[in-house]
Amino acid sequence: MSTRIDRRFAALKTEGRAALVTFITAGDPDYDTSLKIITGLPKAGADVIEIGMPFTDPMADGPAIQAAGLRALANGQNMKKTLKLVKEFRKSDNETPIVLMGYYNPVYVYGVEKFLKDAKSAGVDGFIIVDLPPEEDVEFCIPALNAGLNFIRLATPTTDDKRAPTVFHNTSGFVYYVSVLGITGTKTPDLKSVKANVNRLRKHTSLPICVGFGVKTAEQARAIAKDADGVVVGSALVSAVEKSLTKAGKPTSKTAKAVHALVSEIAQGVRS
Amino acid sequence: MNVTTPNSFRTGPDENGLFGIYGGRFVAETLMPLILQLEQAYKDAKADPSFQAELDSFLEHYVGRPSPLYFAERMTEHLGGAKIYFKRDELNHTGAHKINNVMGQILLARRMGKKRIIAETGAGQHGVATATACARFGLECIVYMGEVDIERQKPNVFRMMLLGAKVVPAKSGSRTLKDALNEALRDWVANVEDTFYCIGTVAGPAPYPEMVRDFQSVIGRETKAQMLKREGRLPDSLIAAIGGGSNAMGLFHPFLDDKDVEIIGVEAAGLGLKNKTKHAASISGGKPGVLHGNRTYLLMDDDGQIIEGHSISAGLDYPGIGPEHAWLHDMGRVQYLSATDKEALEAFQLCCKLEGIIPALEPSHALAQVMKIAPTKPKDHLMVMNMCGRGDKDIFTVADILGVKL
Repeated sequence: MSTRIDRRFAALKTEGRAALVTFITAGDPDYDTSLKIITGLPKAGADVIEIGMPFTDPMADGPAIQAAGLRALANGQNMKKTLKLVKEFRKSDNETPIVLMGYYNPVYVYGVEKFLKDAKSAGVDGFIIVDLPPEEDVEFCIPALNAGLNFIRLATPTTDDKRAPTVFHNTSGFVYYVSVLGITGTKTPDLKSVKANVNRLRKHTSLPICVGFGVKTAEQARAIAKDADGVVVGSALVSAVEKSLTKAGKPTSKTAKAVHALVSEIAQGVRS
Repeated sequence: MNVTTPNSFRTGPDENGLFGIYGGRFVAETLMPLILQLEQAYKDAKADPSFQAELDSFLEHYVGRPSPLYFAERMTEHLGGAKIYFKRDELNHTGAHKINNVMGQILLARRMGKKRIIAETGAGQHGVATATACARFGLECIVYMGEVDIERQKPNVFRMMLLGAKVVPAKSGSRTLKDALNEALRDWVANVEDTFYCIGTVAGPAPYPEMVRDFQSVIGRETKAQMLKREGRLPDSLIAAIGGGSNAMGLFHPFLDDKDVEIIGVEAAGLGLKNKTKHAASISGGKPGVLHGNRTYLLMDDDGQIIEGHSISAGLDYPGIGPEHAWLHDMGRVQYLSATDKEALEAFQLCCKLEGIIPALEPSHALAQVMKIAPTKPKDHLMVMNMCGRGDKDIFTVADILGVKL
C-alpha cells in the first residue's frame, strides 16, 4: 500500500531533487498561530511536515525545541488538539505528508490503538517516536505498520553496519539520519561525515534517507541535498517562532511570516 | 488483581529488561548501542570473581561495610510493640547508601575504559557519592543538578566541588531531579565514546534497574546474616523509604522469596495524596507510563505530561519509581504505603531524641510508618528499618520549617 509519504518521495525522485522536511511544534506558541504556520508551509516550500507533539521531558531535544514544547503546553496544547490541528490542515491540503514526532508517554497514555485510529482519521501518515528503539517494536511500531501508517526510524552515527539491519527492519516511509552525536539544534553537522554515513546506510536500505539535527541555513541544506533524499529543518524554524514573540511570549503579526520566509529561503537551497 | 504468583520473585528482569510489563529500554537510537554494550560489560563483570572481590574490598575498607544492624531499644520501648532494628547505612562513607552502588558502577566504568563519568542528583547525595569515587580513582566527574535543587542543597554542591566534580545546573523544565536526568541523558547522547553514565537509583533503561539493585543488595544480604546471628531467625518485617527505590530494593531483594517476611515500602505523601501536585507517591498516586528509559508508575496528568513531585525530602521528590517496585506492587509481594511531610518530620525529631541519631528526611518517612505499625505488633515481632542516610544535610530544611534561624 502506498502512503502519502511514499508518493511524495516518488514524485520528488522524478523531479530529481531532495525533499525539504520541516518541523514545527504543535501549539507553539498557541494553537491558532501554529495552525497558521503549518497551513502555510507547503506554499513556502515544505515537502513533508513533521509536527512535534509537546512533552514535558524531551530527552533528545536541545533548548529551542524544549522551550517550544513548554510554550505550547503552557497554552493548553494536548494530544487531542494536536490531532485536531492535523485534521484542520487536511481541509486545505490532502497531499503533503504529515509525520507526528515526539515521545512515547503521551501516546501510551492516550492508548496505542485509539491513538492510531484517531491519527489515521485525522490524516496523519507516519510517526517518529524518539524513545522507541527497535527493541521496543511491539509497543507501537508493529501496530502502526498494521494500521497502514509509516514508522520512521532515526539512524545515528552510532548505527554501525552491524546494527543497521536491526534499525531498518521495521522502518517505512523514510529514514531520518541524525547527522550529529547529540541533541537537536546544538551542533553543526560535518558534511564529509554525513556524506560517508548516508552512502554507508544506503547499502542497508532502499528507503529515502533524510538528514537532520543542526541544519540551519540554505547553504547547509544545499550541500546535504546533494547526497541525501531530504533535509530536515527543525530547531531553526522553532527559533524563528521564538524570536518573533513579544516579551510576554505572545505571537505577533511577524510570527508565521518569519517561519515561512525562512522555509522559502532554505527551500531555495534544497532546490538549487 | 488476578495474577499468578511466580516460583521466585528474584529472577527478573527477563532478556528484554522487563519485570512483568515494567522496565525495558525506552531510549533514543543513539544510546541503544551503548546500552547493549553496558549490558554485556555488566554481565561479564558479574561472572568475574575478581570484579566482586575488588568491589568487596572497597566496600570494606573505603565505604566501611558491613554497616551495623542496631537494636533501637528506646524506640522499641517508646512504641511498645515490635522489636525495632535499624540497618545503619547512614554510617557509610559519605553518609548514605548511595556509595554502595557508585563503587560498583565506577569499578565497572574503569573496567570498560571509560574516563568521563556523568551523574544526576536531586538532594546531592548520589552526586557527592559519585564525586567521591571519581576523586578516589582520578576520573573526570560531571554532575547534573536542577537549578532549584542547587539553591536548596548548597552544602552538597560545595562538597562536590571540593571533591573536584563539575556541577552543571539543569535549567530546563521544572529544574529539579527529573530535569537533571534529562540533561544527563542529553550529555550521554553527545559524548558516547568516552562517557559512563552513573545512575543513582533502580530506574532508567535496562540494565540499570538490575545493576543498581545488585550493587545495593549488599544491604539485604548483610541484614539477613546479622539477624540470623543475633536472633537466630529472619526478621518478620522490613520497612524502607522509596524515592526511586534503591535503598529499599537493596534491603528487600534478598528477602523476596522468604514468604513469611512482610515487606513495606514507604513513598513520600508530601502535603497529602489528595493534591496531585503536592506529593511524590508514584504508586499510591500515579499510573503506568514511560519515562527516562523505562515503563513504571509515574506522576502525570491525563495527557501523559509529567507532574513534578513534592516532598519535604529532596531525595524523594522524583515523579517515578524503579520498575521492579512497580512489578512487586502489582504482584502484591511488597506493600507500598506513604508518609506525609508532617509525619516524617515528627519521626525525624523523635529519632534524634530517643536514639541519638539524626536521620535523613528520606528514612524519616520509613520511620513514620514504623511508628504506626510497630505498636500493633507483638513484642517478639522483629522489624528492620533501613536507616539509609544521615540527616546532617537536612538540618537547614528542618530548621527552616521549625522556624529556627541558623
